[in-house]
Amino acid sequence: MIINLIFDVFSLILLGSAAMVVTSRNPVHAVLFLILAFINAAGLFLLAGAEFLAMILVIVYVGAVAVLFLFVVMMLDVNFSALREGFQRYAPIGALVALILFGELALFVTGSAISPGAASARLFPTPQGISNTQALGSLIYTNYLVLFQLSGVILLVAMIGAIVLTHRDRKRAKQQNLDTQHARTPAQTLTMVSAKLGAGAPMPEPKKETL
Amino acid sequence: MLIPLSHYLFVAGLLLVIGVFGIFMNRKNIIIIMMSIELILLAANINFIAFSGALHDMVGQVFTMFVLTVAAAESAIGLAILVIYFRNRGSIEVEDVTLMKG
Repeated sequence: MIINLIFDVFSLILLGSAAMVVTSRNPVHAVLFLILAFINAAGLFLLAGAEFLAMILVIVYVGAVAVLFLFVVMMLDVNFSALREGFQRYAPIGALVALILFGELALFVTGSAISPGAASARLFPTPQGISNTQALGSLIYTNYLVLFQLSGVILLVAMIGAIVLTHRDRKRAKQQNLDTQHARTPAQTLTMVSAKLGAGAPMPEPKKETL
Repeated sequence: MLIPLSHYLFVAGLLLVIGVFGIFMNRKNIIIIMMSIELILLAANINFIAFSGALHDMVGQVFTMFVLTVAAAESAIGLAILVIYFRNRGSIEVEDVTLMKG
């Protein structure tokens, strides 16, 4: 069936690009493969009927998080080839752990089934006849309002934290300070020099600027 | 849902395993480690969405949104810490991070 074929294509590209993320030599390529992985995951979301979250995944991850990664990778002047030392050394233990983990997961997935009573235990069944966005929105804004606002607070804390961490107080451009300017007296700024006729006057030492 | 649930679970499991493998392989490169964490969170999200579709329950999608929020906040803070660490020390090797004698 065509939909199974689409699922297979999406998941194969997703897994392939995920593998390229963790093995690619150039971190910029890794970020670009991460973007490809997210787009294909959005396709999987679409096939499962979560249209709104698929679009959110594209907007938030591809549009914000991956671009943030790309900025940081390109901004930091790091010798990335030096960071790849030990790549082969850790490969066997990593493969062993991955194999054991996947074996356990596969045992769990193949050895278990959804119990027939699961349908009656649903908290908020998917409503029929309205769009996914509408259903999700009505659920969030009625039953999960506090959690939704708390997630907004989490984002606010993250934003403030990132700004506080990375903000550098640079020397700003020169600005007028009206208070000190108005408080100046002639004694601070003027020097009276009596010049000899025809000889000029020696230049006094310039005073420190008090703008 | 048109696709069987076990297909989704296998894809998500493989994605999670790839993420764990990436953490093991790139022991020194913290940027790739953070990308691997993003992959692991994506695998968790795929599981949420798949169960939400298979059981016809909307709560899975709500929680996927919260996971997305937390993942975005986590990567923003992590990359900010990475930038100031690089600014102060000039290196982002994980094994050089010994300031706290950990």
